Amino acid sequence: MKFNIKVWRQANSKDSGKFESYTVDNISGDTSFLEMLDALNIQLTKNGGDPVAFDSDCREGVCGMCSMVIDGQAHGPKPATTTCQLYMRHFQDGAEITVEPWRATAFPVVRDLVVDRSAFDRIMQAGGYVTVHSGPKPEPNSIPIEPEVAEEALDAASCIGCGACVAACPNASAMLYTSAKVSHLGLLPQGDPERKHRVLSMVEQMEGEGFGSCRNYGECEAQCPKEISIKFIGMLNREYLQANLLDQANPRGKMSPQ
Amino acid sequence: MSRLASLYQSSLGKKFIVAVTGIVMIGFLVGHVAGNLKIFLPPVDGGPGVGMQPDIDYYAHYLREIGEPLLPATAFLWGARLVLLGSIILHVICVIQLSTQSSAARKTAYASRKYSRATPPARWMMYTGSALMLFIVVHLLHLTFGAFGGGFEHGKVYHNLYDAFNNVLWVVFYVGSIGIVALHLYHGVWSLFQTLGFDNPDRNRGLRRMAAVLSVGLFVGFVAVPTAFITGIAKAPDHIESSEIAAHQQDENAVENEEKE
Ligand code: HEM
Ligand code: SF4
Ligand code: FES
Repeated sequence: MKFNIKVWRQANSKDSGKFESYTVDNISGDTSFLEMLDALNIQLTKNGGDPVAFDSDCREGVCGMCSMVIDGQAHGPKPATTTCQLYMRHFQDGAEITVEPWRATAFPVVRDLVVDRSAFDRIMQAGGYVTVHSGPKPEPNSIPIEPEVAEEALDAASCIGCGACVAACPNASAMLYTSAKVSHLGLLPQGDPERKHRVLSMVEQMEGEGFGSCRNYGECEAQCPKEISIKFIGMLNREYLQANLLDQANPRGKMSPQ
Repeated sequence: MSRLASLYQSSLGKKFIVAVTGIVMIGFLVGHVAGNLKIFLPPVDGGPGVGMQPDIDYYAHYLREIGEPLLPATAFLWGARLVLLGSIILHVICVIQLSTQSSAARKTAYASRKYSRATPPARWMMYTGSALMLFIVVHLLHLTFGAFGGGFEHGKVYHNLYDAFNNVLWVVFYVGSIGIVALHLYHGVWSLFQTLGFDNPDRNRGLRRMAAVLSVGLFVGFVAVPTAFITGIAKAPDHIESSEIAAHQQDENAVENEEKE
């Protein structure tokens, strides 16, 4: 197969960047999108050019590194798929394919298609942990959890932190990611002690990173490779409102009858 | 208070305000459409010194008296007006701040963009909202303050409506504006439940349907009024008054006759 690849080239975070078009030929339909880019890079290097920088690690859909917007959709046209799991047979022979980095102020472009997603790590650090004691481990089944709840928590936990939700969102909002992280810990009894602190500080961190606000478009869920449901955004809203409006601000405050 | 302040700091809190003020305004719209549909009711007796009058005029007068004698005259009306004004101001301030935050969150647009789920009504919220703002101003000037003249008389609601909707331009303007309200609410009514953390997969279908029914229902209800006037279904006010008064008198005569018999 033959493709015309229109790809974003940007030397570093200061560079203004622009699109360049390249032609790749003799690509088998069973080549993954990343392998196609590898082929393009070999061709570029042979001709003395700079290879296109892009991130990848696992190449099996679990690490969330292979971030790029392909023809206007995060990770390309196939739902529930990361770029590494996208194959060239999903495209028409001879097609022009536009490839751009995630576009979000909170994810600055480092080079070409590589963006810095450490804003997500800082949201995680702000509250994405549970307290465990370091003494002898308890019997694993000593904390009963309803199987449905465990499954629901696992659904949220399947978020790989790729950032496609932010890339896809017309507002570049990080609500789907943050809600997945808040919910996966908050749903489990192990995560309960930090529950209130978690939602407040993760949301505060998210806001501080410069993401946009959620307008409930649902675009994030549609483009999330793990199909994380926007129901977790609803849960996050509820947790946050509860923590902010209904929970006691100062549980040890004084009262007076007069 | 500091909690409310910290709530307001976050986009989630601002959305909460947008949702709550949205509910207030939707409540108003439902009451408003119910009131408007009174043009289809037969005239009523407005009491001594007024005589027979269109039901909607009677209702407009009643609105000024709600809460009496507990509250001073028009106190309830002004209270409601202030709540609505406060709601729309808060709603607009918050959505402007949220939009500013979101446009700062993506400074470089994509060269190519495909939406798979974001519906046009959702994407147009800022456009439909801004058009709504304009509509509200024109509408108040037109039918509350009578700023566009055309034989406008305070308190003579039916007469004013009849006058306005004889003009096809006003009909087009109102029908179009109400269409914009419906578009805003098609997304907004569902969205507010998600914002308040009320939606979940069990309720989603129901809430989505409710949003559709409410926005289409409001559209049909509001549009019925200009349609009725331009098509002549709703009669000219003097026609109503004279013929209905005659009918009323006939009724009275009939009663008297019955009594005589
Ligand atoms: C009768 C008047 C109005 C009603 C009943 C109404 C109702 C609503 C409702 C229910 C929502 C959804 C809230 C949520 O998602 O939580 C909403 C959102 C919104 N409204 Fe209005 N609205 C009105 C007027 C306006 C006006 C005048 C503006 C504009 C300037 C406006 C702009 C918006 C925007 C931009 C949103 C989306 C906010 C976001 O999700 O970020 N609305 N409105
Ligand atoms: S919610 Fe989905 S799209 Fe967003 S970071 Fe997690 S896996 Fe990626
Ligand atoms: S490279 Fe790991 S998910 Fe694509």
